[in-house]
Amino acid sequence: MKAFAEEFKQQARRLTEDLRHRAIIQTALHKYEVVRDKSKAAFQDWQAARQAASETKWDAINHLDTYLLEFVEKIEARGTKVHWASTGQQAREIIFGIIREKKARSIIKSKAMTSEEIHLNDALEEAGFDVVESDLGEFIVQLKREAPYHIVFPAMHLTRGEIGELFARELGSVPSDNPEDLTMIARRVLRQKYITADIGLTGANFAVAETGMISITENEGNARLTAALPKTLISLLGIEKVLPSLEDLALFLPMLATAGTGQPLTCYNSLYGGPRQPGETDGPEEYHVVLLDNRRTELLADAEQRDALHCIRCGACLNVCPIFRNVGGHTYGTTYSGPIGSVITPHLRGLQDWKHLSYASSLCGACTEACPVKINLHHHLLQNRRNASTQKPSAHEKLAFKLFAFVMNRPAVYEFAKRAGRLAQKFHPLVRGTRLDPAYGWTKTRDLPPVAKQTFKEFWKTRKPG
Amino acid sequence: MNEKDKILARIREALTVRAHFPGGRHDSTTGGEVGRDQRAQLGTPTAPFVSAPHSTLTPRPSRFDARSWLPLVGESFEARLALFQKNSTELKSTFHVVDDRDQVSKSLCNLRDAENWKKIGIHSGDLTDEANRALNLPVCCTDQPYDVTDLESCDVGITECDALIAQTGSVLVTARSAGGRALSVLPPHHVVLARREQLIADLPDAFALLKKRYAQNYPSFISFITGPSRTGDIERILVLGAHGPKKVTIFLL
Amino acid sequence: MKVTLFIPCFVDLMFPKVGISMAQILEHLGHQIDCPENLACCGQPAFNSGYWNESREVAIKVLNELKNSEYVVIASGSCGAMLKVFYSELFAGTEHAEAAKLLSSKCYEFSDFLVSKLGVTDLGAHFPAKVTFHDGCHGLRELGIKRPARELLGKVRGLELVEMKDADVCCGFGGTFAAKFPMISTAMGEVKCASAFETGAEYIVSNDSSCLMHVQGLLSRQGGKIKTIHLAEILAQT
Repeated sequence: MKAFAEEFKQQARRLTEDLRHRAIIQTALHKYEVVRDKSKAAFQDWQAARQAASETKWDAINHLDTYLLEFVEKIEARGTKVHWASTGQQAREIIFGIIREKKARSIIKSKAMTSEEIHLNDALEEAGFDVVESDLGEFIVQLKREAPYHIVFPAMHLTRGEIGELFARELGSVPSDNPEDLTMIARRVLRQKYITADIGLTGANFAVAETGMISITENEGNARLTAALPKTLISLLGIEKVLPSLEDLALFLPMLATAGTGQPLTCYNSLYGGPRQPGETDGPEEYHVVLLDNRRTELLADAEQRDALHCIRCGACLNVCPIFRNVGGHTYGTTYSGPIGSVITPHLRGLQDWKHLSYASSLCGACTEACPVKINLHHHLLQNRRNASTQKPSAHEKLAFKLFAFVMNRPAVYEFAKRAGRLAQKFHPLVRGTRLDPAYGWTKTRDLPPVAKQTFKEFWKTRKPG
Repeated sequence: MNEKDKILARIREALTVRAHFPGGRHDSTTGGEVGRDQRAQLGTPTAPFVSAPHSTLTPRPSRFDARSWLPLVGESFEARLALFQKNSTELKSTFHVVDDRDQVSKSLCNLRDAENWKKIGIHSGDLTDEANRALNLPVCCTDQPYDVTDLESCDVGITECDALIAQTGSVLVTARSAGGRALSVLPPHHVVLARREQLIADLPDAFALLKKRYAQNYPSFISFITGPSRTGDIERILVLGAHGPKKVTIFLL
Repeated sequence: MKVTLFIPCFVDLMFPKVGISMAQILEHLGHQIDCPENLACCGQPAFNSGYWNESREVAIKVLNELKNSEYVVIASGSCGAMLKVFYSELFAGTEHAEAAKLLSSKCYEFSDFLVSKLGVTDLGAHFPAKVTFHDGCHGLRELGIKRPARELLGKVRGLELVEMKDADVCCGFGGTFAAKFPMISTAMGEVKCASAFETGAEYIVSNDSSCLMHVQGLLSRQGGKIKTIHLAEILAQT
């Protein structure tokens, strides 16, 4: 559908002209870069770590059935109820089923991009349930009725002043633009929610097959509280989150932190293997794990791009992407933005509808360089372009490139085209920068260099003896 | 067919086509594509693979020994202590090395007075029992089922731990070693009482420890606590005490 | 040595001085230059847009024309990446896969050829000016080239090199991206120009003419005192 592509271009136009927004993002991402470089440097061999992480995830994904079954067997043995959802709709139904069975009213959530993917909050709110995001960034964008801006930093586009105004308006708090004050306001509000919520809902960073545990990485402690206090706990995760062994976390937890936020390790890295066990005095009485496919198996079937499922959702590729920096997260119009979003969204939501994200890249390769598990992101963008053009070629583009090949392969025709170009450029000033200009895409903001008075080929000919 | 079978069928169908193994280092014996169990067996020549719960506290040999790439940790106790101290400072955890239990008790009482503690959250343990006695305050004890609002009104949560990790400045806790899931995260100040022998080098050691101590019957909750709770969600500015404790104080006995 | 110099279309038509400088430098070093007249393009525009069949038509010609060359020096980082890296993807599983692999082993970007292959860093060049360097993405990330250009510039008499902030961030050209998403392309270029201005340099230097074309285009339109010049042009100044 052209609509998504048009919407993207419109948003991109608006955001790239918003210099204030560009400055906010550049500043935030530069801060990230400084700490990230420091944490990377502490590794004895960051590149070798990347290779090991990449190989580990290759093992996990290429033996996904084996490891998934092992994970399920182990976590079920501790009393966890595991549910399998092929689609987002099914996942929502499962979660609704649990909520209704428990006669629950209030749900507290910790950060789960997968829940964004299936539009869970909207569905819950429509059905009349009280759902609150406990991660500060998510809490902020939920109040603002916006989607998260970035998979790791949901509110990075907002200034403290904007957040202060938002809190004053929605929470009735004393207006402030002090980050500490604002954080404490959120802390106070949410504290009661943890204690009174009927259901806790989390995502997961990893699912350890060997020991049947969910691993959650965070800084605030909101996931820990979500998983500690409510009587019923649900964890929603994509099937690709699997890791083979417990000690794989010794590598992945520091790498996720370093690439994701620039920290050596985040504040809390917790493992959950079941509901409250005999002898334990707190924790949920019931624990449900919902495994989501939602077309991940389609991406799995694309062997060329299968490694996109290695993604650990660190956000590093977003942080280094010059496109992301200039258009921001909301412009992408879909749950997963930045380079990884551009790679996987065509698989999860349709190639023709979402191919434009793969074209909206200069293929600089910074993403691939940054990825802690060495996903070949920018090459996948090229493959998406190829797949899209093969599946549904644009008639005029195909013709244009056939012409291009024709011209480039025939010196005489190339020569002719050159002469024609020289002639045409005499008239170009008449239309330059206007809608009639065939090179309008370029000339709207840039000058085009003229064909040289003597091209290289012409020069070279003059040097040939005889 | 239920959804589980459908999903597994799709996975198996997808995996009939091989994906390219990541370029870079290759294992000459297996051509590079090594699954987890094989990884475990490809140990170093001198260290055989051990999988039993009774393995010693050395890391399971693995082709992917993260120790080679993670930040370096010194060999000696002093080096580890120094590294843990350095990390604690950066994380804004307070770290005290004390000589004996009396000193712990004294320090806790000083904290109690300085911070005006009225009620403490605690669990029973060798070190925590003594701390409880010394502080002589109303308690919420999490060894038996407790009321959350009771814990919420505590000024401090005092726990023991499974280990302190030098490499990262982390405290390793489980539901069994630290009085449940909430005690170390709900009250605004978390105090950890640890013993010297609990200071271990790095994350690989930590996971080996967990396996040794709990394999076959893991607690349902395990956590690596690395400093006080924090957020950078507002303009990337660091604020402590977002939801978890704003203060973490660690005593090493 | 006998060196084949591959001059891609836009260098031929719009920046011939870059190619001429490269030829002069290599001849001055005593090498014999051969420039295939029949070759105009590496095929990247079609490849980048996803039309790999059309790209292959052009690329096959390149494979044939260059099959007897011993060394191929490409006058652009992005075309260099096309030949050295992307031809393998383009021809994977086809009858030309071997030929693509062979060509890849013979390909060099210009600065890399001088420093890594010929072991030359001092060309006796003289260019008294303050310059800053922009790393073209293809050269930097696909070909792994960062040091050679700086080593060469370090030996140019009178030249002062100042590194700009984010020298290795993309300038925003990206081939057809520049025309398909001009607003993003322009924004990225503006950020690059701003970084360059901050250094106080008189020239932005790069080893990729496509980047310079984009940046120069912005500077000419939006006004800016800084000029652009290709690395080879500086090195040819004696």
